Amino acid sequence: MSAHNSHASDNHGDAHGHEEHHAANEPHSTFSGYMTGFVLSIILTAIPFWLVMAKVITDRPTAVLVLGGFAVVQILVHMVYFLHMNGKIEGGWTLLSTIFTVVFVAIAITGTLWVMFHMNANMMPTHTDMPAAMEHSAQPEAATKAAP
Amino acid sequence: MSDIRTSHGAAAGALAPREYHLAHEPHPENGTLLGFWLYLMSDCLIFAALFATYGVLGRSYAAGPNGAELFDLTLVAINTAFLLLSSITFGFAMLRKQMGDVKGTLIWLAVTGFFGLCFLGLELYEFHHLIQEGAGPQRSAFLSAFFTLVGTHGLHVTFGLIWLVVLMLQIKQHGLTPANNRRLMCLSMFWHFLDVIWIGVFTFVYLMGVL
Repeated sequence: MSAHNSHASDNHGDAHGHEEHHAANEPHSTFSGYMTGFVLSIILTAIPFWLVMAKVITDRPTAVLVLGGFAVVQILVHMVYFLHMNGKIEGGWTLLSTIFTVVFVAIAITGTLWVMFHMNANMMPTHTDMPAAMEHSAQPEAATKAAP
Repeated sequence: MSDIRTSHGAAAGALAPREYHLAHEPHPENGTLLGFWLYLMSDCLIFAALFATYGVLGRSYAAGPNGAELFDLTLVAINTAFLLLSSITFGFAMLRKQMGDVKGTLIWLAVTGFFGLCFLGLELYEFHHLIQEGAGPQRSAFLSAFFTLVGTHGLHVTFGLIWLVVLMLQIKQHGLTPANNRRLMCLSMFWHFLDVIWIGVFTFVYLMGVL
């Protein structure tokens, strides 16, 4: 019984210790961390805006890839420097739930686009000039009107 | 708590119900931050659905105006700057909080709120301008998707601002108590999360929209 008691009080002490250094478990922000994130995010925002506004890349697929790349890098910068993301906080559960979400988001968005564009391509009478139809706003409209 | 249990156990002697104590709790002592993070991730899934919708409908102009004709990139760049600035000023508020400086925290929170209001004001101006031009959400599938996606983000910012004001009042009244610190951590995550979503919005909606 006495062993049991000491165990219980041990546990009690343990819980206290937990609470005390819990503040240290919370992500600790630093000035240099925030400034690094801020400067990086300004650079990563300015470049894509400049690329589009100064019409640097004219080829659309290339531009989409480059802009998407900048967005992904900037999201990572925000995650690390502003949201203090790493594998340690909350025993790694934060990172795990984020990875799950990223996978889900990727499947949802690419899956939706893939299915819907294929459906469009297969149902439109003018599916052979699909890229052209995507460029001009009036054309898909005319195509759907002509369908019945 | 365990003091009471111990005395009870001593009084009841050997007949006390058996108790089990794990040496290590399998979960963190306080799961608030993880729980709030999970909420943000579920919010992320909502935005994923809206982004996917915009991706599908974003080129269905119904013979109406397209992104290149409607979007003013200078305005969007200024708006993005407001949101980035509000993110770093929230960071400064968190640094003040760590020092236990109530006044400094409140000042930086107020600056954050100011930039948030600027962002929201500019977005409302843009929406008003678009509707005035006849490019409202009813005009085409593209504009419906646009207003839903950007409007949902704007609504989040609005609720973030309301939360910010309420929290400032609470800090003013009770100081930087553990409860208020916890709330600040959550709002900080919420605010930076909105910034992350905005990166997706300005890249996929505005920049790719005018290409």
